[in-house]
Amino acid sequence: MKTKDDVGIKGYAGYVPKYRIKPEEIGDCWGEDGKTMGRGLRVESKSVPSPDEDVVTISTQAAKWAMKRAGIKGEDLEAIYVGSESHPYAVKPTATIVAASIAASPHMTAADYEFACKAGTAAFQTCMGLVSSGMIENGMAIGADTSQGAPGDALEYTAAAGGAAYVIGSEDLLAKIKETVSYTTDTPDFWRREGEKYPQHGGRFTGKPAYFKHVTNCTKKLLERTGNEPDEYDYAVFHQPNGKFPVKAAKKLGFSKDQLEPGLLVTHIGNTYSGSVPLGLAATLDQAEPGDKIMVTSYGSGAGSDSFDIEVTENITDVKEKDVPTIEEVTSNEEFVPYSVYAKYRDKIEGGR
Amino acid sequence: MAIARFWREIKQRYKGIGVKCGNCGEIFFPPRDICPECRRESYKKMDEYELNGTGEVITYTRVEDPHPEFEDLCPYVMAIVEMDEGVRLTGHIVDVDYDDIEAGLEVEASMRKLGEDGPEGMIYYGYKFWPIDSRRGE
Repeated sequence: MKTKDDVGIKGYAGYVPKYRIKPEEIGDCWGEDGKTMGRGLRVESKSVPSPDEDVVTISTQAAKWAMKRAGIKGEDLEAIYVGSESHPYAVKPTATIVAASIAASPHMTAADYEFACKAGTAAFQTCMGLVSSGMIENGMAIGADTSQGAPGDALEYTAAAGGAAYVIGSEDLLAKIKETVSYTTDTPDFWRREGEKYPQHGGRFTGKPAYFKHVTNCTKKLLERTGNEPDEYDYAVFHQPNGKFPVKAAKKLGFSKDQLEPGLLVTHIGNTYSGSVPLGLAATLDQAEPGDKIMVTSYGSGAGSDSFDIEVTENITDVKEKDVPTIEEVTSNEEFVPYSVYAKYRDKIEGGR
Repeated sequence: MAIARFWREIKQRYKGIGVKCGNCGEIFFPPRDICPECRRESYKKMDEYELNGTGEVITYTRVEDPHPEFEDLCPYVMAIVEMDEGVRLTGHIVDVDYDDIEAGLEVEASMRKLGEDGPEGMIYYGYKFWPIDSRRGE
């Protein structure tokens, strides 16, 4: 997909709930060696939303901060797309509630997206298209989740909560998105049927034919299109279902661990699903300098990947001076909870009051 | 809560929009149609005014015998917060240890779930407060 010269990011911000649970706690409940499990997944803790937090509240907080960074008002946004697989309503858009909360309503378009963990980057591409075509000046793309894992399922070790919001426009960009490509197939690696509370997954099938195939093919296509080599990038962000997959995919593609490091959040906050790549990119932008190049590849089960070739502009310096917390600051306020509290917060106790 | 009533109050609950008396300049939240001081002088002069969302705790308490809507959050903290504009609101204080709260604590509004009409019903969102520094690495 060819982009116009000037389309990119004007503002960004992320939000992650305060609560955390460690793999040891989860393992203790189910008679498993949680510590070893966590070590295997390279996850030391994961975020847990409070009962009064959901995709609407996470998106709203991130959106408010992103607008502050961009220096725009709600009425300057002409489109809002929220990507998630845990929208609070099955029917009634998250995006309209977010739009009302940031005073973007009513002269705008809005919709919710769902594509497992890559719904957020699908929202990026939609906003880019609308901006590139001249249909809108500014759009907002959000990726956020409060992901679900059935009690006792391996997903419980990683399924976490968080999200990030991006203002996409064509002027005053802090980073240009120079190219985007996608790679999409019908791959049944992970799903949740309508009306079901928890997802099902194909276990090891989620690896080679799913995550790795899509992430590597999509990234390779981006490199081919741009003519860039992996070492020309200062940073790389890959979807992070656990701490192992992105490192392995990066290595296979020729990216180093150093390039991944700033955006590798999964170790402490877990897999934030649609929030994963948007948060990883936000943490990377927090550290980026003018001229830095960032390669981004998301992954969503079902399955598909979106890759982006991003170049940071000199505006990043001004944006950093605005009073908006960095991802490191947002995630630094943490409180660890036992499995019992986690089960209550995630509505896993049947018949509870 | 009735759907229509909540819908009418969305601006207040999501954005903290009150009114400012066009006659004396006093700010009110929740909005009023008439300024109690200026009375008829304020008629049709009560303009929408958005609170900036920050204020300080005046007084607070920990609730251990919760309202049925908030049982999942028990124990939780309720406070009276004086906003920068002078109006006082009642709201939850979230994401903070009770021992770290004191009168004068600077807080900011953040949107949270206030409740829902059961698993099938509408979800109500609105402002709660957290310490202003709680997400700034301090």
